[in-house]
Amino acid sequence: MTHWNDDAVLRIERVTMRFGGLVAVNDLSFNVGRGDITALIGPNGAGKTTVFNCATGFYKPTEGRIVMMRKAGEHFLLERMPDFKISARAGVARTFQNIRLFGGMTLLENLMVAQHNPLMVASNFTVGGLLGIGGFRKAEAEAVDRARYWLDRTSLLDRADDPAADLPYGAQRRLEIARAMCTSPELLCLDEPAAGLNPRESAELNTLLHFIRDEHATSVLLIEHDMSVVMEISDHVIVLDYGEKISDGTPDEVKNDPKVIAAYLGVADDEVDQVEEEVGL
Amino acid sequence: MDYFIQQLINGVTLGSIYGLIAIGYTMVYGIIGMINFAHGDIFMVGAFIALIVVIALGITAATPLLLLILALVLVLVIAMALTAVWGWTVERIAYRPLRGSFRLAPLITAIGASIALQNFVQISQGARNKPLQPLISGNFKLWETVTPEGSFVVQISYMQILIIVTTLALMVGFTMLINKTSLGRAQRACEQDRKMASLLGVNVDRTISLTFVMGAALAAVAGLMFLLYYGVIDFYIGFLAGVKAFTAAVLGGIGSLPGAMLGGLLIGLIETFWSGYFSLEYKDVAAFSILAIVLIFMPEGLLGKPEVEKV
Amino acid sequence: MAAQKQDLLAGSVKDAAVGALVAFGLFAMMIGMKTEVDVGGLAIEYRWGAVAMAVAVVFVGRLLLNLFVWKSEKPVTGLLGSLMPTQSSFSKVSHLVTPLLFVLAVVLPFLLMYFLGTRGSRQYLDLAILVTTYVMLGWGLNIVVGLAGLLDLGYVAFYAVGAYSYALLAQNFGFSFWICLPLAGILSAFWGIILGFPVLRLRGDYLAIVTLAFGEIIRVVLLNWYEFTGGPDGLSGIPRPSFFGLEFERGEGGFADFFGLDYSSIHRIVFLYYLILILALITNIVTMRLRKLPVGRAWEALREDEIACRSLGINTTHTKLTAFAIGAMFGGFAGSFFATRQGFISPESFTFIESAVILAIVVLGGLGSQVGVVIAAVVMIGGFEFFRQFEEYRMLVFGLLMVVIMVWKPRGLISTRVPSIALDRRKAKGISADMVQEGHG
Repeated sequence: MTHWNDDAVLRIERVTMRFGGLVAVNDLSFNVGRGDITALIGPNGAGKTTVFNCATGFYKPTEGRIVMMRKAGEHFLLERMPDFKISARAGVARTFQNIRLFGGMTLLENLMVAQHNPLMVASNFTVGGLLGIGGFRKAEAEAVDRARYWLDRTSLLDRADDPAADLPYGAQRRLEIARAMCTSPELLCLDEPAAGLNPRESAELNTLLHFIRDEHATSVLLIEHDMSVVMEISDHVIVLDYGEKISDGTPDEVKNDPKVIAAYLGVADDEVDQVEEEVGL
Repeated sequence: MDYFIQQLINGVTLGSIYGLIAIGYTMVYGIIGMINFAHGDIFMVGAFIALIVVIALGITAATPLLLLILALVLVLVIAMALTAVWGWTVERIAYRPLRGSFRLAPLITAIGASIALQNFVQISQGARNKPLQPLISGNFKLWETVTPEGSFVVQISYMQILIIVTTLALMVGFTMLINKTSLGRAQRACEQDRKMASLLGVNVDRTISLTFVMGAALAAVAGLMFLLYYGVIDFYIGFLAGVKAFTAAVLGGIGSLPGAMLGGLLIGLIETFWSGYFSLEYKDVAAFSILAIVLIFMPEGLLGKPEVEKV
Repeated sequence: MAAQKQDLLAGSVKDAAVGALVAFGLFAMMIGMKTEVDVGGLAIEYRWGAVAMAVAVVFVGRLLLNLFVWKSEKPVTGLLGSLMPTQSSFSKVSHLVTPLLFVLAVVLPFLLMYFLGTRGSRQYLDLAILVTTYVMLGWGLNIVVGLAGLLDLGYVAFYAVGAYSYALLAQNFGFSFWICLPLAGILSAFWGIILGFPVLRLRGDYLAIVTLAFGEIIRVVLLNWYEFTGGPDGLSGIPRPSFFGLEFERGEGGFADFFGLDYSSIHRIVFLYYLILILALITNIVTMRLRKLPVGRAWEALREDEIACRSLGINTTHTKLTAFAIGAMFGGFAGSFFATRQGFISPESFTFIESAVILAIVVLGGLGSQVGVVIAAVVMIGGFEFFRQFEEYRMLVFGLLMVVIMVWKPRGLISTRVPSIALDRRKAKGISADMVQEGHG
């Protein structure tokens, strides 16, 4: 079951991003379906991370609209919002290609920071928390429980009080996902979540992502390099090349799209048939 | 109008001195990304060394012109050499052991070195002002405007000519050094990527040391100019001159040599015009405000490269 | 083995000789030839003996260091190092040290008076007040630099705003110390926001230099605005604080009279000491509580990674501003105290050097460490005052000490970070400084 045409959570509408003379993304449009795992793939330099940074507010697109539609029916024009509000209001959370954890803070602290906004309200913007009045204690206990839940889900519970920088690489990737989930997002954006993982960790990641999608009603948009990972877990695949969309559909459709094969193997369009024959398609 | 031109000349002179100091800041910032807080005090040490040599050689205004020029060249060379030793030592003791460590540490050692240098000079040379009789006097009268209230002479002194010409010559020579020689190439390589440069056989420590040495030598030139132009120095001149020169470096775009010179000129002009037209007391406020405004609205400076935030 | 020793000796001598040569280059003129103002211009006084001594000191010093520390297999400093608490053991010891320091601070005046008598203890109490003032300033700045990772070189500006606010409010409106104190704090915080707002998007060294510029601007304005601030003459006759309305004066209605004590000028000093101690402790308690609140965690997260903070929905501008404002507020409190203690203030007390000293206390103590600030303040300020008889040399030594301590311990004396929250208190331990980021803004 896929929904990207009838029930989209995120709509990228004719987005163009230029850096000086360089066009990183050119007139790109696609939908991310609610409850789907959507993968954005493409060769190096295809503009995947740029799209991501536009959707999460770190870049402002030169042209185009990015619309987030929350379950409650609210619409947000992400290209007009400052980055921190996209997470706080529009319910979009993200991870980073080169992991950005708070290395000197413990795992638990990392997840507490992710719940900053609700806790801020609960502490009456510090005043109540400082004086020890209001419901801060209760809110904090709930926040700890939520953190514990996600640490458990990512099998990091036994290391909760260790500094994040101490974790091995794969665990750091999981912690980043747990941290993003602690913001209670409706759309989770993952920048190359499987990069640097071994096969076992990769399989665990698949389970985790399916769990997030099914149990927490969170849509997932991910960038991935590795075709095998993508084909296994995603419901919907979009292929970028040189900043333009060259294919959009289910994994099977994309897999058999000659343009995709050409982009990945790097041949001109008219040679595609020949290449396909050679690779046995 | 005449007053304006006169202030312009004075401003360019002052700006040349700031520019020479600013180069030291900009080069060090470019290569190791730190503010060398002690650089203003290196300039001060340079001025003192120049003063000592002038007195020791017995140079006075009465010295015959040719001999005077030769003597001043000698003063310049000695001051540059010895100040360079100071610059080298500060880098060796206070900065090199902290390379690649915690970012705040070299900033604190720089402040410590600055305090130490100031107090060392205060102890060894005394806290009192050191006045020097003008060595080069006389000036070119450019023109004179006679009005009913009196006449106003627009003039440029020989001293000002000397400062501006020397600065120009040094700038040209220096730019050549950076652009054409292997030392300059090594320096630019270290600016881009220190680790890679060292893998390719550039002696990074030596290149950084040489950067400090060059910066200190130019600061010594500025020190001599300051001494000759104002005729009085004390152990505290380094702080203000240093902050203003750093402002100049930032204004021009930190890391850029022509930028440092341009920034120096602008700061000199702003300060001179501000004191000429508004108020003398608040001239430092003018310089500091410019610094704040530039950093806030144009952090890359006039000739610098904008920094892109990498996500 | 013998040959190796020979090599070591030869190498060390060679190195020391090079050092001596450099020292000669440095000192030949700066020490050897002193310019003296004389009739008809400057003259030079030659002091070759002093140069020879300086060069000899460098030679011998370097030789010894080479032989016994740098090139030796068993450096003498190892011994020294083993005497120092290691990071892991310190976190255990610190549980004991902190209450001990606290008790010592509380009973200090009585201890001093018991052993030294009223007259003899006065000088030490004055020193204790000074040190505690710096501890408070250090704790205030620690919020900005240590927790939020924002490098502020103009912290003294808020100290000045607090001092002048108190002095002007007290003189112009006749408010008492206890009304002026919070007002001065609020005004400082307000200035913190005004100055902070435009500059907080700058990073690292740029932020440092702009805060330095703002500090200097405030000082120059104080210096030149005669009508309002008295210019370089400063403000004098600032009212002294009273003990809940009881003045520290001789005679009827004074503090001594009320409590049936004999009048002594030490009462005021002891009172001032407890006043600054309480103010400092408030600073500490508030900071420790803030660390465990969302805003405090956001500060530390900001220091670790600003971009990640933004991706988690944290408004980084607001977060930085609160750090700046709260740090400034405590600076303002300390400033009011300074004004009421001195009775006289002038712009001279608020130079860049003050900012540098406070920052040095924070960095040398170990960023973010509250106990570290206390130790650094006691060592730096206490040591500085202790060497009062070497008036001339102490600033020089102070500067050199800053360099030496930083080179020796770049992360400061106590650099372990204690987590603000833990699932299992027993398992939670200090986080080594190598992992803690220092902030980029």
